[in-house]
Amino acid sequence: MANTKTVILKIKRQDNPNAKSHWEEFELAWHPGMNVISSMMEIARNPVTRDGKATTPITYDSNCLEEVCGSCAMLINGRARMACSALIDKLEQPIRLEPFTKFPVIRDLAVDRSVLFENLKTVKAWVPIDGTYDLGSGPRISPEEQEAAYPLSRCISCCCCMEACPQFNDDTGFVGAATISQVRLFNTHPTGAALKRERLAALIGDGGIQECGYAQNCVEVCPKDIPLTQSISEVGGEVIRQAVGDLFRK
Amino acid sequence: MASSPKIIVIGGGLAGLSAVIKIAEMGGHVDLFSIVPVKRSHSVCAQGGINAAKNLKGEGDSTWKHFDDTIYGGDFLANQPPVKAMCEAAPGIIDLLDRMGVPFNRTPEGLLDFRRFGGTLYNRTAFAGATTGQQLLYALDEQVRRYESEGKVKKYEHWEFLSAVLDSNKICRGICAMDLRSMEVRTFPADAIIIATGGNGAIFGKSTNSVVCTGSAQSALYQQGCFYGNGEFIQVHPTCIPGEDKLRLMSESARGEGGRVWVPKTPGDNRDPLSIPQSERWYFLEEWYPKYGNLVPRDIATRAIFKVVFEHNLGIDGKPMVYLDLTHIDPKILDRKLEGILEIYEKFVGDDPRKVPMKIFPGMHYTMGGLWIDFNQATNIPGIYAAGECEYQYHGANRLGANSLVSCIFGGFVAGPAAVQYARNLQTAPGNGHFDAERKHQEENNSMLMKSDGKENPFRLWQEFGELMTANCTVIRYNNKLKETDSKLCEMLERFRHINLNDRTQWANTSVVFTRQLYNMLQLGRVIAQGAAMRNESRGAHYKPDFPERDDKNWLKTTKAYFAPDADEPKFEFEAVDISLIPPRPRKYDAVK
Repeated sequence: MANTKTVILKIKRQDNPNAKSHWEEFELAWHPGMNVISSMMEIARNPVTRDGKATTPITYDSNCLEEVCGSCAMLINGRARMACSALIDKLEQPIRLEPFTKFPVIRDLAVDRSVLFENLKTVKAWVPIDGTYDLGSGPRISPEEQEAAYPLSRCISCCCCMEACPQFNDDTGFVGAATISQVRLFNTHPTGAALKRERLAALIGDGGIQECGYAQNCVEVCPKDIPLTQSISEVGGEVIRQAVGDLFRK
Repeated sequence: MASSPKIIVIGGGLAGLSAVIKIAEMGGHVDLFSIVPVKRSHSVCAQGGINAAKNLKGEGDSTWKHFDDTIYGGDFLANQPPVKAMCEAAPGIIDLLDRMGVPFNRTPEGLLDFRRFGGTLYNRTAFAGATTGQQLLYALDEQVRRYESEGKVKKYEHWEFLSAVLDSNKICRGICAMDLRSMEVRTFPADAIIIATGGNGAIFGKSTNSVVCTGSAQSALYQQGCFYGNGEFIQVHPTCIPGEDKLRLMSESARGEGGRVWVPKTPGDNRDPLSIPQSERWYFLEEWYPKYGNLVPRDIATRAIFKVVFEHNLGIDGKPMVYLDLTHIDPKILDRKLEGILEIYEKFVGDDPRKVPMKIFPGMHYTMGGLWIDFNQATNIPGIYAAGECEYQYHGANRLGANSLVSCIFGGFVAGPAAVQYARNLQTAPGNGHFDAERKHQEENNSMLMKSDGKENPFRLWQEFGELMTANCTVIRYNNKLKETDSKLCEMLERFRHINLNDRTQWANTSVVFTRQLYNMLQLGRVIAQGAAMRNESRGAHYKPDFPERDDKNWLKTTKAYFAPDADEPKFEFEAVDISLIPPRPRKYDAVK
């Protein structure tokens, strides 16, 4: 009668940013509807490894568990993705959980992804409104324009596209696809376009859009299906036009 | 005092960020504290839209009608003047969000599109696909990032609020917070603080809320002397997707766009739902509430589903589930207006709701109660303000769909300037001994947990706690069960003294953090259970079969709980509701009001 079906998880653990990493294996009783987060919640309720050793609950980032806050990104069986939407029944076992490799590890599966938020400052990813007092309605926007902007605006800052990108590393200092796609979003907004020149200028030179090697991994892993490569090629064209134009104006 | 006031805002969802923007615009400086990077706050989960009576559909809608729907929907428990002010401000808030670049859905002419939501007969809800909260939060996050780059805002992300620092006159002079990585406990001075820490879904174990929505900050302040208002009013959303880790929301907008709720008429009918003919389906909401149909308010829809499942035994496959059906709607329209939520169902359940009716069941969703505040968002402790879901002001006994986003932003827009005004008139603080004392007190709490050597696993205790609260303090309430719940909560608080952390490291220790929250949740659980036990009537989301009617004579009152430190338990007093604008009338959605 006992249900013997189990789930095996191999989790890469690291106590702090300077510690060496090690693997721990867990075996959980299978039940329907499990995902990676619910499995780690179970481990927290009973933090014992597969070989019966007491351990600590796993440290990981999470919040909404609906794939809209962008917190729980990690490598699951080697792929950059969100843990909440990683259903156990759809994963090959043993399931390997690792922290992102291109961001500093805080502890276990939690990493520091603040670089993306800094990048968004650099490219002024906002609409420069005059103020919050009552200034009437915004610009008219056609349904077509809205339908083009909305998918770009669904970026959850999970950084999967950056983790998967071969060019995103310390050598290039590449800003990554997410930031470039936000530049496209704000440059196409009627009021946002006021800062277009500054945004494009921020993407010129080392670490800028030229570092993209067209591997297309970004669009492959994006959990929100954002047309990232399209954003890169569109913004790339504008960066070149602006750079060339500036050259002739000098 | 200060020409450039310093305000601390705790929480970076819609309410917190709205307050930050107003303060920065007024020349104040803000320290913004958040457990998660603010862009990851729970506001992103709001799906369907934001209400404002802009009357762009030629229906004769008005802000007064929005006000009336909100008061009526809340079963007359909300103080009316602030609700009226909110409804009047709503169209301007939508315009502002539009100017900030929120990609609201559009009409062919390029104007904002509006859809219907529960508890109203008007198309009053502006929306950005089915991820409106995400889009609104991002717009505010971007404006705050702009102020941050100008040096007007300093963010403390991955920090958790522990307590307010109160001086000997019980005036708030700052906060005590913990760095969630280094575990360092520190105090921060401020002229005033604004709490914007959201709802308390975690008290019910599984809910539609995010992981950070524990109510811990509100509970800490309640234990420090803030009143907690209407704690017993908890909204259970009728349409959620049951899950192992949480209950995922299936937005009311699914019904706003034409979704229909039904069950097979015959118990145990396990045919493929699409093969069940119309004549053998029971569209019970449409039958019971012909005027509003599937768009009755949430408390009504939730109780109807409970009745169908538990009294008529008509749950799908005998399980507590009913169908929410979109399959009769053109998939192209669904994609344009509901894509975000369809994607959630597809990803987390594995079925395509364009082709298969969804299986849903009610789940804990929203905290109508919260920190008691006056009409300026000020709590009873000078210098502490609150905005958003963590306070009690705008939704009475039941919140209408798409009113939460507007109440968050409006609350923040009131709280920010009110805090700046207060700070400008503030007298200098006497000494700073209170800062050291508060820090030491909190450090001691941490080290007690670290040393605690019992057998209780905090995460297991939480699971038990959540199941208890969900069983007895949600949809249907009985006094004997509520009293039993409170005594079990006392037992759990006792068991808490024998907690075992499993993790005693001093770095990014999520067990310590969670266990601290758990204590505060247990204390707040008692406020909910006892408040519900006292209120012998049925009103909005609070339903007692033994007292099935609303009782305005005895209970048209705000519940105000306060913590009695000596007794270590809540005490209660009651306050008249301001009904100066709309006289209470019976709330009946089976007829035109």
